Amino acid sequence: MADTDKVFKALADGSRRRLLDKLHADNGQTLGELCADLNMSRQAVTKHLLLLEEANLVVTVWRGREKLHYINPMPISEIFDRWVGKYERNRVRALADLKKALEEKDDG
Amino acid sequence: MDKPKFVYVSYINSTPEKVFNALLDPEMTRKYWFNHHNASDWKVGSRWEHRIFDEPATVHVVGKVIESNPPNRLVVTWARPKDEGNDQKSSRVTYDVEPFGQSVKLTVTHDEFGDDTEMFESVSFGWPVVLSGLKTLLETGEILAAPSESSCGEELKAAQAK
Repeated sequence: MADTDKVFKALADGSRRRLLDKLHADNGQTLGELCADLNMSRQAVTKHLLLLEEANLVVTVWRGREKLHYINPMPISEIFDRWVGKYERNRVRALADLKKALEEKDDG
Repeated sequence: MDKPKFVYVSYINSTPEKVFNALLDPEMTRKYWFNHHNASDWKVGSRWEHRIFDEPATVHVVGKVIESNPPNRLVVTWARPKDEGNDQKSSRVTYDVEPFGQSVKLTVTHDEFGDDTEMFESVSFGWPVVLSGLKTLLETGEILAAPSESSCGEELKAAQAK
């Protein structure tokens, strides 16, 4: 499978996106920490993490005997670069920030 | 030991020598690193500066070279010029360059931020843009980032304003 296909396949699953959300909020977690408040078996989380690693969306670092998982934004950044032109970026970011700010206000 | 805050991995169709050179060469860095270059003699213990390419007096990041093993590994400290020498405001960046089949695996680890959350926020925005620009430049010769689009200094100001 081509690398880009692996990225989209890995992202096309709610449980795997939730794992990425957890790492985005708190980077560098062990398997145990990632399993803590998820309604998934340890085996299922392990399987999802493996697919995320194969897509290079998650990378791991050993600290002593602990295996820590990190979100790796590089494949997503490369997808962004493919379709967002270099002079569009500031406008795209400004619009995304505006949307976020307005939606946060509505929530409050 | 603190755990790393960020670990970025990019696979680049190139050679370790070319990737390592692209981290240091001013003409290369200006093309993907917001028109900055990294100036040093890259000897262990030497100072390095992250400067605007055509305004060398404008320095946005400074640090020391901790380890240098071309073309596989470079470790530097990272601080704002005003915080130079303050360990609490100094973080560490490790570049690991390894052959991976016909390509190269570049791993950038940024850690030891201490209590510097502003720097942490500002670099979390910058690294993916810089590193995917590096990959595109080495693989296609194309320049991805508009040079004037952003700079480390602007990111720092934006993070500080929050």
